Amino acid sequence: MTALTLPARPEQDASLRPVPWRRMAWVIWRQHRIALGGAAALLGALAAYLWLTGSSAHHAYAAATGCHPASSAACGILVSYFLSTYNSASQDIAALLQAVPALIGAFVGAPVLARELETGTFRYAWTQGFGRTRWTVAKLVPLAIAVAAAAGVFSLLFSWYYQPFFAERMQAPQIPLAPVVFDLRGVAFAAWTLAAFAIGALAGMLIRRVVPAIAATLVVYTGLALAAGIYLRQHYLAPLVIKNLVNPPVSAWILSQQWYTKGGQPVSQSALGQALQQGAPSLAGKGGVPQAPDVTQYLIQHGYVLLTTYQPGSRFWPFQWIEGGWLLALSVLLIAATVWLVRRRAA
Amino acid sequence: MNIVEASGLGKRYGSTWALRDCSLAIPAGHVAALVGPNGAGKTTLLNLTVGLTAPSAGSVAVLGGLPAGSPAGLDGIAFVAQDMPLYKNLSAADMLHLTRNLNRRFDQPYAQARLAELGIPLSRRAGKLSGGQQAQLALTLALARRPRLLVLDEPVAMLDPVARHDFMASVLTAMADDGVSVVLSSHVLAELERVADYLILLSQGRVQLAGEVDDLLASHRVLTGPAAEAGRYAGQPVVHARRGEAQAHLLVRATPDDPVPPGWEAHPVGLEELTLAYLREPGAAALPGPARSGALPSETGQPREVTR
Repeated sequence: MTALTLPARPEQDASLRPVPWRRMAWVIWRQHRIALGGAAALLGALAAYLWLTGSSAHHAYAAATGCHPASSAACGILVSYFLSTYNSASQDIAALLQAVPALIGAFVGAPVLARELETGTFRYAWTQGFGRTRWTVAKLVPLAIAVAAAAGVFSLLFSWYYQPFFAERMQAPQIPLAPVVFDLRGVAFAAWTLAAFAIGALAGMLIRRVVPAIAATLVVYTGLALAAGIYLRQHYLAPLVIKNLVNPPVSAWILSQQWYTKGGQPVSQSALGQALQQGAPSLAGKGGVPQAPDVTQYLIQHGYVLLTTYQPGSRFWPFQWIEGGWLLALSVLLIAATVWLVRRRAA
Repeated sequence: MNIVEASGLGKRYGSTWALRDCSLAIPAGHVAALVGPNGAGKTTLLNLTVGLTAPSAGSVAVLGGLPAGSPAGLDGIAFVAQDMPLYKNLSAADMLHLTRNLNRRFDQPYAQARLAELGIPLSRRAGKLSGGQQAQLALTLALARRPRLLVLDEPVAMLDPVARHDFMASVLTAMADDGVSVVLSSHVLAELERVADYLILLSQGRVQLAGEVDDLLASHRVLTGPAAEAGRYAGQPVVHARRGEAQAHLLVRATPDDPVPPGWEAHPVGLEELTLAYLREPGAAALPGPARSGALPSETGQPREVTR
């Protein structure tokens, strides 16, 4: 058998200096480089696509906006060329990008602890001199920062790419606060990616198996994102309620429009349709109520009251900071809960 | 110094006690074997010792009074868990590098030389190594940390006889060269006889027997005599009785100086025989170990007769 001898052990230090944090850098890189590389490849491929299509879209947009006089037929062709070529693609890619934070949370966040627990290697990792609590913190925090930073850089590129579609001179410009594009710009994209990572880490710790943890992360993240987009975001600040607004600003995120009688009774769409049929049949067929401004005008003149509830587009940054803030708080909470569970978990 | 000292230690999972009222003191400088049937609480006791599990009751201290799982405790203990958990997709060299990064001390030249001597290629992934090689890699990682206590949970259960022999020889060499104390659990009794000089027998979550092997063997003997008279010794501290057609074999607690009853013969007992006898009698207990922190009731259960 082995003839090697162990050198004499150094004296035991009375005051034990812990293993330096920086030593975990190599550990994280070696153990998570495939997941990090996958996330980088996904974002990189999307970034390359955004850069290529974005360049030509910006080109076409510059040609359309630089055209004089703007009302000429030739300029109209340039605008409609820009819209027909790039508008639907831009909406498709925005929808596609909604999945990116979920994928990063599921494939980078969920396996961090679930794989250790599933394969039993936590018995190795948590009995080394580094200590299990420090090990968990030293893994989760740098990984969380890395994915959030990558997402932040990516959303800068996306903001640049999407700029032309918010221009007010477009026929139907995008609404900055509306779902699908709001959470891809500003700080929201990085915050959602961070939250997805934190959800994944906690799911992995609770479920202890990689594949179910990935599935749970996708489900929980999707539920949270839908709830935020559909129910939560519109309440960040009290919406504006304006009486008899005929032409709402194009960047406004309109939450509701409701007609009332002079006496304050809500009026149904069918009642309004009947009123139009009787009073001004020429307006009745104009695509329903209350889209057309002249329909709105007619009804207002005839004693109806329109209340429009909306969030103005100027609230983009306040909304971004509110969303980024609560997502950051949630992520910190989830990661702290994960560390706490690691601390108290029985093997 | 006691390398492991437990007092009133208990661990409950749900409503089941995996380990209960465990008080023991394992002195430094031994290869201590933890023996017991499946589900007796061996792994639980080891997990408590290395700080993977927190106790539900009582406490456990390591390395002469450090709390289990404390930074100093983790620093001085190397643990090789059941089934040798290694990152299967990392190479042996990466596993060395990983372990070096996660510990204050790591003797890289020793680890590399040891793997070279064992013929384990550094570039091979841990998952591609044979079972024996994985066990040796895990042991190398543990020894290169230069621990004061090496804890091994069922280290040889998955190994073939040759790998089992080599593994145990490695443990003994490390013990002899560096004075590492070893606590290992196993249900391979034949292997223990060769390596262990301290025995802890767990049964149904309680310590049934604990002490130095030499002391335990000296304080027990086998009495062989006429089967008809076996009943007369029921009052004696009989651990286990095995009655044949004509002759009965009684394992009793007695010193070599105790008188042998007329018509009976006394034989010394082997470790395997002793262990088996206690395993068959979960009610019997003998705890003659060295200085313990708490006094324990040392009782002798009623022997159960086995007719052959």
